[in-house]
Amino acid sequence: MTVNDAAIGKTWPPASFEVEAARIERYADAVGEGNPVYHDAAAARDAGFRDLVAPPMFCVVYSAPAMGPAIMDPEIGINLGAMVHGGQEFEWGEPVCAGDVITTAVRCREIYERDGRGFYVFESTSTNQDGRETVRGTWTNIVRGV
Amino acid sequence: MSETERLSEAGTGDALPELRVTPDAGLTKRYAEASGDPNPIHTDAEFAKSVGLPGVILHGLYSMAQVAKAHTDAAGGDPRALKRLSVQFRGMGFPEQEIVVSATVRETSGGRVVTDTVAAQGENRIIRNAEAELELG
Repeated sequence: MTVNDAAIGKTWPPASFEVEAARIERYADAVGEGNPVYHDAAAARDAGFRDLVAPPMFCVVYSAPAMGPAIMDPEIGINLGAMVHGGQEFEWGEPVCAGDVITTAVRCREIYERDGRGFYVFESTSTNQDGRETVRGTWTNIVRGV
Repeated sequence: MSETERLSEAGTGDALPELRVTPDAGLTKRYAEASGDPNPIHTDAEFAKSVGLPGVILHGLYSMAQVAKAHTDAAGGDPRALKRLSVQFRGMGFPEQEIVVSATVRETSGGRVVTDTVAAQGENRIIRNAEAELELG
């Protein structure tokens, strides 16, 4: 075992993200989501949302301020130049709308080695301003040649 | 018949409508700005080559977003329908090559549909072992 697994269980201070309509639209444009509920607040309200709604995968945008410090933490010790994104899981709850403030907490769940590669698994939990869970993520990063 | 009605009548082994998209040469830069992922392997061809890649590669999470879209499209465009999505990133994806997302129903029960899904560029499967769970309202 050459990976250092001492940081399993480590948590980081939660990070918040204010969801602006322009960020939702820019993300929807980039991934080709043309559905009016992502571009027109009136269409989103007609469909039963509080305001302009974000596509489910927008969770990667509002989770980023919490995930970055975890992945780059020297105590985790990921060699970023040799890292690839190996797997990803999301479980969605309450939809995210423009004007929401989403707070994400991250925990290191697993660090292990297999076939000469290091696996670093993080869990994230995101909640909105009313305390309702919007997404739970499991992020698996793989580092070659550990 | 609406997409949602068609999906609610689907059974094990049925295919969801295929999603096909060809990211243009400028896509990775737009996705990097929209998502906040600054890794230059996705936007700088010279840098990508310097670390042994054939050129800039797609963001895995962009490809995952196409898998998510294939499912919400199949559910009539409702983002609330997608409850869970799990993927493994394997082969590298490249701009200017068509991505085909193919989802097959594995099981259904009481308005919930679970699929097995692959995203590929030609023979190169960039996402495999993907599993999605939809809940039809």
